Amino acid sequence: MKFVDEYRQSETIQKIATEIRKETTRPWTIMEVCGGQTHAIVKNRLDQLLPQVIELVHGPGCPVCVTPLETIDRAIAIAALPGVIFCSFGDMLRVPGSEYSLLDVKADGGDIRIIYSPLQAVKIAEDHPTKQVVFFAVGFETTAAANAMAATQAKQKSLKNFSLLVSQFLVTPAIASICAAKDTRVQGFLAAGHVCSITGYESYLPLAEKYQVPIVVTGFEPLDILEGLLMCLRQLEQGSYQVENQYLRAVERTGNRPAQVLLNNVFSVSAQCWRGLGEIPASGLALAEEFSDLDATKKFALPEIKPREQHQCISGAIMLGLKKPGDCPHFGTTCRPDHPLGAPMVSSEGACSAYHRYSQQVKTRESSMSSPNNQ
Amino acid sequence: MNLQCPLPTTNKDSIRLGHGSGGEMTQQLLKEFIQPLFKNTWIDQAHDSATLPWDSDRLVFTTDSFVITPLFFPGGDIGKLAVYGTVNDLAMGGAEAKFLSCSLILEEGLPFNTLKKVLQSMAGAAEETGVKLVTGDTKVVERGKGDGIYINTSGVGSLLSNHPIDPSYIRPGDRILLSGDIGRHGITVMASREGLEFETALTSDCAPLNAAISALLQGGIPLHCLRDLTRGGLATALVELAETSGQAFELDEAQIPVCESVYGACEMLGLDPLYVANEGRFVAFIPAEYADQASAILREERVGASCAIIGKVTGKPSAQVILKNSLGCDRLLQRLPGEQLPRIC
Repeated sequence: MKFVDEYRQSETIQKIATEIRKETTRPWTIMEVCGGQTHAIVKNRLDQLLPQVIELVHGPGCPVCVTPLETIDRAIAIAALPGVIFCSFGDMLRVPGSEYSLLDVKADGGDIRIIYSPLQAVKIAEDHPTKQVVFFAVGFETTAAANAMAATQAKQKSLKNFSLLVSQFLVTPAIASICAAKDTRVQGFLAAGHVCSITGYESYLPLAEKYQVPIVVTGFEPLDILEGLLMCLRQLEQGSYQVENQYLRAVERTGNRPAQVLLNNVFSVSAQCWRGLGEIPASGLALAEEFSDLDATKKFALPEIKPREQHQCISGAIMLGLKKPGDCPHFGTTCRPDHPLGAPMVSSEGACSAYHRYSQQVKTRESSMSSPNNQ
Repeated sequence: MNLQCPLPTTNKDSIRLGHGSGGEMTQQLLKEFIQPLFKNTWIDQAHDSATLPWDSDRLVFTTDSFVITPLFFPGGDIGKLAVYGTVNDLAMGGAEAKFLSCSLILEEGLPFNTLKKVLQSMAGAAEETGVKLVTGDTKVVERGKGDGIYINTSGVGSLLSNHPIDPSYIRPGDRILLSGDIGRHGITVMASREGLEFETALTSDCAPLNAAISALLQGGIPLHCLRDLTRGGLATALVELAETSGQAFELDEAQIPVCESVYGACEMLGLDPLYVANEGRFVAFIPAEYADQASAILREERVGASCAIIGKVTGKPSAQVILKNSLGCDRLLQRLPGEQLPRIC
């Protein structure tokens, strides 16, 4: 398949892996920001090709994992209301709220529909004028652009029965927050290619400069990831800290202007709470004033949501690169995909789910790499 | 900064969709409820069908229920599935299906035309596979309490093979033969249900497997074990067999056939073809010296044109399935935990 197979060819990948081994002279800790990259690494077992001294840690780039508990509880409350059709991407359904997941609400009779594109939710609203259709608009800039399209279309069609429950995140402030943390172990970043295809990468330039950290915009195929790693390692070894673009086939420096205009029309930058990380200023996208009539939180009078915070899952530390899934005492024992204690074990983009699904050997290897210094 | 994540307590006191996925939750249901309560030697075999101590131990019995939306999809329908499914379960025990029952649960308001089309399809499938539909039952549920039509078929047949075909006969060194490319059925039904369009039209792999098994047995292939791949896909079936047999399997990812359309759809939706459902595919465990001969026989059959030797039984002590990728790296396969859900991005 074009644009896939050529980035999975064994010979080329082995060649890059050899380069990485040759050029690595000391230990480095590099974060791949996106959950999709984590899955590609673990699924293809790219870790087995790397020198032991390179440690990959996993970033907060899984929108399913970082959607706050309160928002999940709110989604569950809305989805359980009579007369509501609740539309969501599939992997949000399993995420545990304080007591239930959306899958539980569905099993108890809630009309919850898995959609593949935000525009499907608009179509469902058109087809069911007597129902209230709510779309769970979760995602980073990439998905937010499609969500903005759905909101725009609903406005154009003057749909009165369509609204969005928004939980959208901006990646740059999260990377900045990781860089600024005094206990951070991350020395270089592989930035999420698909986010940069919308935003470009100019916003990373001051970050790289301020925190003296290399940032390489990287794609999702095995070859992309190894190339991104090699570019990042060369900078680390040379002591430089530039923003580089490995994902040339999809990302331009200034990004996708029409998509940015669409985003700016529909959403405004807001403070955002990240599940496991807490609130990060200016790291979210909320509905802009002109679109506030599409805000599901205003449309439905819900009782006060009181999320039940309990603290056994270490997802925050995992997403900051301070710990890895295997460091969690619950990993693979009391926390498993069929009994998750936290969102990273649920979502198909979650680091714990990736580790659990693809490998027990990873756990063994990482345990052998862990030292008191990196706990 | 708060570095912790809330601990949920998910309500798990009732049946969920995942209990029907064929994966981990289905296994839980079987092991915690069904097998302990129905306990007997035959149900504990945990095979697709049970060989019963009757008629010189050659009587094989199985049952299966069919629920699917939509009822008709490219390459098949619920009627074909209901006949092929039970015929295939018997074939996986090395038996030839003889007689089937047909139990219908119909939803009030189902058009007669739809029912007729399904029954015609069942009749055609029965003729194709050489079985007789000899008994049945019909119940009607209120409108809104069913998906139009649910079908249960039970089947009896007689063993074709003189030696047992069962997970306990899987041996170190056996080769694993996959009958064809995987994932067509799951992706076709999903596309049909959700109105997804792909560049190339896909049809389900829904097909009867009895002729292919019969050809292998007639060709003198000593089949150690057979398993048809349904819900949970290739990976879940092999993990189950590894656990039941206590053997370790190693698969070569490059040898596992996946057609371009399924590959593309899975890439787009974030699904893994190894876990996507099939309805006309099986794996066979065969002594290494017979592997080429078995492939040649299977390739002559309609359902086996794209068959491939995808791996072997290693003889290692852990009952695991390891997938070796093209980079030479290992990946441990596990059961599908619940349902495969399309990802957000």
